[in-house]
Amino acid sequence: MDHRSTLSVLRSQLGEQAFVTSEFRDNFRIEVPAERVLDALLALKDQAGFDMLAELTAVDYLHYPNARDRYGVVYCLLNTTTGERVFVKTFVNDPDPCLPSVFPLWKGADWLEREVYDMFGIVFEGHPDLRRILLPEGFRSYPLRKDYPLRGRLERHNFPVIPRAES
Amino acid sequence: MPLQEVESFVGEETADKDFLYTLNFGPQHPATHTTLRLILTLDGETVIRAVPDIGYLHSGFEKLGEDLDFNQYVTIVDRMNYISPIANEIAWHHVVEKLLGIEITPRCRYIRTIMAEIARISDHLLNVGTAALDLGAFTAFLYAFYQREKCYDIYETAAGQRFHPSYTRVGGLMADVTDDWIRKVRDFVVGFPKAHSDISKLLNKNRIFMDRTQGIGVLSREDAINLSVTGPLARASGVVRDLRKDEPYLAYSELDFQVVCAKEGDCYARYMVRMGEMLESLKIIQQAIENLPSGPVNVDIEGKAVIPDKSATYRSIEGLIQHFELIMTNRQWKVPVEEVYGANETANGELGFYIVADGTGRAYRARTRPPSFIHFAIFPYLIEGHLISDVPAILGSLNIIAAELDR
Repeated sequence: MDHRSTLSVLRSQLGEQAFVTSEFRDNFRIEVPAERVLDALLALKDQAGFDMLAELTAVDYLHYPNARDRYGVVYCLLNTTTGERVFVKTFVNDPDPCLPSVFPLWKGADWLEREVYDMFGIVFEGHPDLRRILLPEGFRSYPLRKDYPLRGRLERHNFPVIPRAES
Repeated sequence: MPLQEVESFVGEETADKDFLYTLNFGPQHPATHTTLRLILTLDGETVIRAVPDIGYLHSGFEKLGEDLDFNQYVTIVDRMNYISPIANEIAWHHVVEKLLGIEITPRCRYIRTIMAEIARISDHLLNVGTAALDLGAFTAFLYAFYQREKCYDIYETAAGQRFHPSYTRVGGLMADVTDDWIRKVRDFVVGFPKAHSDISKLLNKNRIFMDRTQGIGVLSREDAINLSVTGPLARASGVVRDLRKDEPYLAYSELDFQVVCAKEGDCYARYMVRMGEMLESLKIIQQAIENLPSGPVNVDIEGKAVIPDKSATYRSIEGLIQHFELIMTNRQWKVPVEEVYGANETANGELGFYIVADGTGRAYRARTRPPSFIHFAIFPYLIEGHLISDVPAILGSLNIIAAELDR
């Protein structure tokens, strides 16, 4: 797949130095700093024809070899006309991992962003309804972070326990 | 006693809406088929707003994927979309092999193609059968489930397990297929068109079924793309996209089949697309089984990717070493420190995996792109303004599998 037209759109919108590209197998990746990610996605949507947000996910790089940032957020964009795919990647850090929401661009981002918030605690600013989606409302941790143990932290803090004498 | 006017205790902002009624649908309801919950706001019988509440079956599959190695995790992906489990396995190992750069053998490619298509047929059969069942057509469900039994027989013959076969391995399969399996697939190819036409005759022109599904839950082409919808749902809305054609994998580029599409985008169109896809899948199976290549199913033992068979492990030192290398958690495969996304066209849509590898035999992060999760998010858009009796019709046409929805 040829990505030249996509790259020229990004160059004209963001400038030459604003992003880094890399390729592995057939995945074409564009690394953008967090403050420019919305500009990049907007340019890709409006000018390069990426009309579908196929996937949005996050990775916690806490124990990853040679990692510099804590969380990576990956947007997989798809151009349904040409079949071109690009992966836009950005990094955020503690204590306040935060990104602008892409819900105004793609309505499909609604639940995907909620899931990333639920699992990693990354806040998407401007999301209309950023609540936990898979875990209960009162849950305190973010289980897909690497510092959360595989077997969990025992019982939930608000787990109702009924003593035998009262039952 | 004379009637007295009762003072309304509703707040001012809701005073004009106090006729609205809130209905809790699920989490256990015969029409949901799986564990999911909807909070419906009704005006009479019209649904004003639907708020899905999910997470009842969340069991941390993606966290488990970070603890199990590439071969072990196949038993977990099985349990995501348990209606077509083998399609998940094929998708998972497709991405793992993409990461490791393994090219599987032609025989393996064909066997996986046949299995993936049988999974597609069994998934569509369940969906069509239960969607009709919820709308009152019971007989089609029985025809569909009789054929699904045959699909399970085929899995069982190949893998020894009918419901969760765990059949694929990195670089190959658990075992080669037998002549018995080939005979069963051939019998299925011969016998299935009869059942398909029986179901079509019962439903395609059925007045009640048409009235309940036509014009219900219309999804326009633009919305389908904007809401990330893939698979038969998108194709029923006129999005001509099928990963089997657009990003060919396995043996699909060598086989002749067509992409079934419709324009209407309603529940009936989704049903028709699924019915059409089953016949195309059957065409693929027929071509693949007649052209099944001979040769090994696993990649070469020199590639150091597959676990050698028992006799090689017990009787040769090379086999024993190879087995040891792949089982010990600090040895295993040569994995690049990279991340990769790959996707397969499963019955429900684009099932993708995003694997982040840190050089060990287990994924650092194993993200699933679950089609059911993305498709359930569009439910509030589809149901708005429809009657409450359309809830099962739309839910049925979306084919939500809660185990994949919640993972």
